[in-house]
Amino acid sequence: MNILIKVLSEIGSVGRLTGQTFGCMFRRRPDWRATVQQMDLAGVGSWSITVLTALFTGAVMALQFSTGLEPYGASLYTGKLVSLGIIREMGPTLTAVLVGGRVGAGFAAELGSMKVTEQVDAMRALGADPIHRLVVPRVIACMLMLPLLTVLADFVGCFGGMLATMSEVGITWRWYVSQVTDTVGVVSLMHGLYKSIFFGFFIAIIGCYMGLKTKGGTEGVGRTTTDAVVAISITVLVSNFILTKVFMVIYG
Amino acid sequence: MGEPIISFSQVEKSFGDNVIYTGVDLQVFKGETLTVIGGSGVGKSVLLKLLIGLLRPDAGQIHAFGNSVLDMNRKELQALRRRIGMLFQGAALFDSLSVEENICYPLVEHGWNDRTKMTRRVEEVLEMVGMPGIQALKPPELSGGMKKRVGLARAIAIEPDVILYDEPTTGLDPINVRRINGLILRLQEQLKVTSIVVTHDMDSCFTVTDRVAFLNNREIAWVGSREEAKVAKMPALAKFVQGGKGVLDDDEMARKEGVL
Repeated sequence: MNILIKVLSEIGSVGRLTGQTFGCMFRRRPDWRATVQQMDLAGVGSWSITVLTALFTGAVMALQFSTGLEPYGASLYTGKLVSLGIIREMGPTLTAVLVGGRVGAGFAAELGSMKVTEQVDAMRALGADPIHRLVVPRVIACMLMLPLLTVLADFVGCFGGMLATMSEVGITWRWYVSQVTDTVGVVSLMHGLYKSIFFGFFIAIIGCYMGLKTKGGTEGVGRTTTDAVVAISITVLVSNFILTKVFMVIYG
Repeated sequence: MGEPIISFSQVEKSFGDNVIYTGVDLQVFKGETLTVIGGSGVGKSVLLKLLIGLLRPDAGQIHAFGNSVLDMNRKELQALRRRIGMLFQGAALFDSLSVEENICYPLVEHGWNDRTKMTRRVEEVLEMVGMPGIQALKPPELSGGMKKRVGLARAIAIEPDVILYDEPTTGLDPINVRRINGLILRLQEQLKVTSIVVTHDMDSCFTVTDRVAFLNNREIAWVGSREEAKVAKMPALAKFVQGGKGVLDDDEMARKEGVL
């Protein structure tokens, strides 16, 4: 019971920060310089882990599907399943979990250190608004960069699937590509991208929230960083189900 | 002494179960230096943070320059913070910014946009704290004493009417302690500012202050001039003044445990 109350009150606090963040975003012109800097650090800096994960995820999905489809003589159609799985689910979700671990932890640690060394207080004392200076740029950066990273993951994932299918099933790349383009339409692509915008938002807001509520010196920073990664991963995975269901109800 | 420019009346504050103040009354007059003394962890810094609206009290009133701090909206708070500079305990410099950018930070936030004017101001305040020419350094490259002086330069950059010092000498070596005390006195003379110093360093207190306020037992237990403080009869204060800080802390502990 206690833990339930705690979780709910945390969700409430994140909701409050969300309100303040969007309020600030529309009331004042965002700090574009900081935003671009964050896009570079969080977004561009994450391309390598995105590529690596997507490549091997696509390849391993191809291995499993081609084996699974073989008894039905359908392993020629592996590309259909792989691309659909990557573009609708694995691309956005895995990217979000990984980038969430990397970037969300970074936000929590950076803002947490600033909090415990009174830099956040100093910021306010000097006339600045920490939400405007720290949170808004990170939220915008993540909401813009996550979809881009997801597109990258989609491409690389399908490519990894292609390599594995070619070697396992022995099809040509032309056949694989035609399978993919037949299966994946604008709706599937949008399905993944729409989710990734939400994931980007969750990563930034939870990372910042955890950072800003840090207490208790360097030990506290360690704790909030861990908490941030756990909270972000859980939020991404749970919200993924809900977001998918909502999309399916709307677009079928 | 005229009208107080800052006043706390019946201010109460607690963090969860931890009660910090049960009714603090304090007045600060224009042009004076007031030192708030008290043992560790009695919430001396909280007083400063309440004053500039970084924290909100649970009850009571706080006035600054004739306006209630608690009723201020965002704009008015911004204006208040333009008039009150604060030196934080660990200096709280932004690690990612250079010394120059740190000092320019309040200037930019308060609407300065002339680059050359800002550069000149940075030179001026660094000169004032006795550290010219370190504009390009980053805070991690500075020693503790240097950080405090840059923090002070940042606090006075916008030319505040009031400067708040949170434990300005804590954690510094004796030479730096003397240097910081000297700086506080000099700024006092040059800028004619009002200062509130929070400290448990009695030497520092007696060097810089006009009046002393003693925070004990969750309230301002004693207020008086520096000379009065030196001969005060109040047992807790007398112990504190005579450097019996350890004794006081023990008493404090015992009292706390008795209460809990």
